[in-house]
This record gives sequence, structure tokens and C-alpha cells, in this order.
Amino acid sequence: MHEMALCESLMAIIEQEATMGRFHQVHSVSLEVGLLAGVEPEALQFGFQAVTHGTVAEGAELRILPATAQALCVLCGLEETISRPMSLCPACHGPLHVSGGRGLRIKEMEVE
Amino acid sequence: MCGVCGCGDTKHGHDHGHGHEGEVGHRHDGGASGGGLREHGHLPRFAHAPGLSARRIVQVEQDLFAQNQAYADGNRRAFGERRVFSVNLMSSPGSGKTTLLVRTLKAMHDACPVIVIEGDQQTDRDARRIAATGVPVHQVNTGRGCHLDAHRVAHACDHLPIADGATLFIENVGNLVCPAGFDLGEARRVVVLSVTEGEDKPLKYPDMFRAADMLILNKVDLLPYVDFDIEACYAHAREVNPLVTMIAVSATRGDGMAQWLAWIGSERARWMRDGARATNPIGG
Repeated sequence: MHEMALCESLMAIIEQEATMGRFHQVHSVSLEVGLLAGVEPEALQFGFQAVTHGTVAEGAELRILPATAQALCVLCGLEETISRPMSLCPACHGPLHVSGGRGLRIKEMEVE
Repeated sequence: MCGVCGCGDTKHGHDHGHGHEGEVGHRHDGGASGGGLREHGHLPRFAHAPGLSARRIVQVEQDLFAQNQAYADGNRRAFGERRVFSVNLMSSPGSGKTTLLVRTLKAMHDACPVIVIEGDQQTDRDARRIAATGVPVHQVNTGRGCHLDAHRVAHACDHLPIADGATLFIENVGNLVCPAGFDLGEARRVVVLSVTEGEDKPLKYPDMFRAADMLILNKVDLLPYVDFDIEACYAHAREVNPLVTMIAVSATRGDGMAQWLAWIGSERARWMRDGARATNPIGG
């Protein structure tokens, strides 16, 4: 359940923004989740509910925006968008260079 | 050690995630019923009615891993400057990390400075096993936390007598999932898998095995008694991580220990040659 720790980081950012942006209620949070980030959306939703209890974000909706990764085969040059972890090229079994898809980034919030 | 927050207390790190409780006081309805929120719910988006606070969109663009990454980068820099070669040991609970570590420390202790950070949810039982070898150790209890993070490691270092050129072993919390996502600033990552666990673990927990530089297959003295196919296990590991080094070890009987110690020595030398950088950074 490292999602709980990540939700605590998310809550710290929200609290910081609430102080700076002078809002008192968060209605929704949009979070970009890399498909290779090793994070379970369901566990994130559960953790988000737990950490937002009694805060400015209590009851807020967590909108999860999945982000894909790009894979490039070092041997045959195949380029593909991937949504699950892969190490070997599906065409030639050469090693894949994978970029992106690992981030966990808060994009925007609907607040008042 | 903690160059990012400059704090001198591990409890402070916990506060990063929970602080600003005073913010609750800003709520109009005291937060008790939530009824006030529903009253506002029918307002059109972006309304700017005088006297009423209006909903608006705030752009944030902040990375949730960024804080840990900043601490990890700080640790890596500090380890590099002092030539402290750090190894993050990860596995599921009960795979024999501590037994492997005790045997490793006994072999290394006389030859070079070694230090240990022990991560567990509760108790200092493992730290006491390590301390019995004479190696300086600091126990980190993560409480409900399921992994070590870079900030805790930074503060654990404050409690240890770290000699320049030392080798630091960080025994992570027993867990094949969460520690894979948290860079500690280590030079090398080692995953320990025991033959009592099943050869398909690399496929079931690919993030952990993909993040590792070395796979130690432990408890091979039990092979006659368990149904475990070593070659299948190695093939599964290579499937998720073609570059991983693999050795078979029995931490109780001593099989493979010479290979493991030689790997530590050669990787340390390689790390120094590469300018004290990690070869396989998380997220890289």
C-alpha cells in the first residue's frame, strides 16, 4: 500500500496550494498516473478518501488520467506506445528502451 | 545529511504529509455535516457571484514522486562525495535478507568499513542480529509504512558513524511491491528471492525485478525438498529484466557467498569508475 504514502504526498501538495491559492474546498483533483508507475488506481482512490478525511479535500473526486509510455527497440527500431511493462521487443526480442509512463503528477484541481 | 529540508528530526519528515491541520479551520461549515457543500453544488462552474466564493480550476503540475526523488538525489550526492557504496536489499518477508546480511557482514567486517540501515514496520529484532556482528546499525521502524523512503534513509545516516569509502547495506521492509517505486539514492539494488517462494515471482512482481541490478536466489540448500525450477526462475527474471545478474546462494550453508562478495567488490569498483553513479536509476 505505498499508494497511501503517495496520497499523503498528494495531500501535502493540496494543503500547500490551499494556503497559497486561498481556497477552502477542493471539489476534484486530476492526477496523471503513468501506466508503468507501479500504482494501483483502486488503492489510490481508497488512500485518497482516507487522507482527505477532515481536510479541505474531504469528499473531493479523484480523477485518474492514465498516461502511456513510449518504447523504442534498440535493434530493429520499432516504436510503440505501450500501456503495460515490457522489456523485450515484440517483433525481434531485442531490448526495448522505454520512456515515460512512470510519473504520478497532479495536473489540476477544481476548488472554491 | 538532509540537505533538502534541513531538518534534524525524523518525526519532522512525517509531518510533511500531515501538517497544516489549521487549514481545516478555513471551512465555512466546520466540515461536520457537508450540507454546506451540497448547497454550493448547484452553482454553475466558474460562477463569480458577489459574496460567494466561486469554483475555479487551479493548474498544479506537481510530481508526487518529486519530494522523494529530491531526497534520493541528495543521498546519492552525499554517498558519492564520501565514496560510500550503498546497496538496497529488497525481498518479500522471510526470504532470508537478514541471514544473508549477517553472513555478508561477518565476511566483510574485518576488511573494510561496513554499516547497516534496517527497515521494518516494528521491532529492533533485526538490528540486534546485525549489531551482534559488531557492525554499526540503525533500525528504522516505518510503522504502517510499507517501504523505506529516501528521507528516512537520510536521517538514519545521521545516527551512523559513516567512514569515507564504507559500504552501506540498506535492508528494506519485506515487501515485493512498494519498495520498487522509491529511490533511496542507493548505488545498487538487490532483490532476494528464496526457493520456497515459487519460481514465477519475477513475473508476478515485475516492477521489483525490473528495478534490480542483482537477483539472489536464496535457500538453495532446500532445493531437494521443494518443487522449484531454477532455470525457469532465471528465465522469468530475464524476461522482465534482461540485464539482471543472478546467483544461487544459501545464506545458512554458504553456497554462492564467494560469488556474492565478489560481485559487491566488482560493482563497487565499477561504481567508482563510473563516477559514483547508479547504473539503473528508478524512473530512468
